Amino acid sequence: MKKYTNTGSKDTRSGFGDGLTELGKTNPNVVALCADLTGSLKMGDFEKNHPERFFQVGIAEANMMGIAAGMTIGGKIPFTGTFANFSTGRVYDQIRQSIAYSDKNVKICASHAGLTLGEDGATHQILEDIGLMKMLPGMTVINTCDYNQTKAATIAIAEHHGPVYLRFGRPKVANFTPEDQKFEIGKAVLLNEGKDVTIIATGHLVWEALQAAEQLEEKGISAEVINIHTIKPLDEAAILASVGKTGCVVTAEEHNFLGGLGESVARTLVQHQPAPQEFVATMDTFGESGTPEQLMEKYGLNAAAIVKASEKVIKRK
Amino acid sequence: MSNTQQLEDFVTQVRRDIVRQVHKVNSGHPGGSLGCAEFISVLYQEVMDRKEGFDMDGKGEDLFFLSNGHISPVFYSVLARSGYFPVEELSTFRLIDSRLQGHPTTHEGLPGVRVASGSLGQGLSVAIGAANTKKLNGDDHLVYSLHGDGELQEGQNWEAIMYAAAKKVDNLIATVDRNHQQIDGCTDDVLPMGNLVEKFEAFGWDVLELENGNDISQVREALKEAKGRTGKGKPVAVIMTTEMGHGVDFMMGSHKWHGVAPNDEQLEKALAQNPETLGDY
Repeated sequence: MKKYTNTGSKDTRSGFGDGLTELGKTNPNVVALCADLTGSLKMGDFEKNHPERFFQVGIAEANMMGIAAGMTIGGKIPFTGTFANFSTGRVYDQIRQSIAYSDKNVKICASHAGLTLGEDGATHQILEDIGLMKMLPGMTVINTCDYNQTKAATIAIAEHHGPVYLRFGRPKVANFTPEDQKFEIGKAVLLNEGKDVTIIATGHLVWEALQAAEQLEEKGISAEVINIHTIKPLDEAAILASVGKTGCVVTAEEHNFLGGLGESVARTLVQHQPAPQEFVATMDTFGESGTPEQLMEKYGLNAAAIVKASEKVIKRK
Repeated sequence: MSNTQQLEDFVTQVRRDIVRQVHKVNSGHPGGSLGCAEFISVLYQEVMDRKEGFDMDGKGEDLFFLSNGHISPVFYSVLARSGYFPVEELSTFRLIDSRLQGHPTTHEGLPGVRVASGSLGQGLSVAIGAANTKKLNGDDHLVYSLHGDGELQEGQNWEAIMYAAAKKVDNLIATVDRNHQQIDGCTDDVLPMGNLVEKFEAFGWDVLELENGNDISQVREALKEAKGRTGKGKPVAVIMTTEMGHGVDFMMGSHKWHGVAPNDEQLEKALAQNPETLGDY
């Protein structure tokens, strides 16, 4: 199979921060708002370089979303930064009314998504945010897999008109996508061609999917691996083409199996070409404290879980 | 418009538009709409520096945000009669396929509306955002907003009130419609809000009291005064006392007409008290 190399583990949130730094230099309409998590979101450089375009709103996420909506009136492109939990569930109605329904060009940038937030525990580990955001009409939902992709996505969404939810995380993870890869919203990335099973992964689970594909290869199973960084709009053509070839699919995400990528893929298949599917996701549960690795192991969100799901789904063909 | 008689005629017509809109579809919110007829009319007809036509960005003109979106009948009437869309379109209020949704929205592209509102408590934040952008753009025009008093029970307002003062958003004039009523009864019975003037002042706002928001000359004076206080490092609040249902005697001063439409007979009575001036749609 195609070989991917970790060029040095980095956190995806730094990809966001560096992307924002870049935007600060290239796009004078980009403004940034943060709810007292500048360090966590890596927004410090933007704040330092462009103090007039940085808005510290304090611990007041609802107000931040409203201000961001208002700032689009007059042509600014606001990027809001806080944890995924506080970027979505806490402010759902503000996003729904003032941003999505009002078609405001706000980029909701959410760090510390999912279990890999780690020791802070379930109060901060949101596993429902993709579902919440993808249900909003007009909302684009992106979950990037590594530093390079997060940086590229941050830059790309400034050029896209309309509300965007950009989801990334806290821990250092493998950085393996090409530094110069252009980020195309809504376009799946085929990472490895295979014929026995399709593994569709998003976010931190993409690297795990590649590890799983290597392990499957050793067992004589040929896995196709697709990186779905955009959950909405979903690249249905890429999914249908791949599953049409392999006949079965495993979806992998750091999210509840209810409402996540897996359900979007299942809906696509049911509408067009039904096929067996297994879900690597959390099973309608809250998380807990622990290291990211421990949590991914305990909740079945790693390469081993993807291998197991792949073997199971192939038998169901 | 500077002639008081002309403005009074405008307001009378707006009152007719309000009751006729809600009567036709037997739904909507006449009480608060009637109470704010003078304020929104004076704002659009005399106070705001507005450009011809409508574009979302609103650069180089004053902006207005209606946070208590349920008083859409008065907003729509004033917008239509200020030239944003045909007056005849008021007849589509709350009907299927209409741009005049129950609560204002940008979704159907109605000129004059810049954000959806009606899920209460969100408009002040949006107005602050628009004011921030005006400053970034070097645009010295002002941002106006209107809020219900009951609406201030929503916590987001207090985040926004704190922010606007702390960050010196001094190109903003936020008016609170203090009619002391909300759906379930008097605000003092539902959830007393205490002294709003002192509360805004404690948060660092420059506060004006407008004793009778149903008196055109008082509204004029207060908005002129408020405008004069902008640009001095503090956001400006106008605490405006109004009478819910003003101008229709059987609707006045009661929360019962917050969200109830008049029947045929009541409509006739209301219209008789507000004779046609600019022409019905």
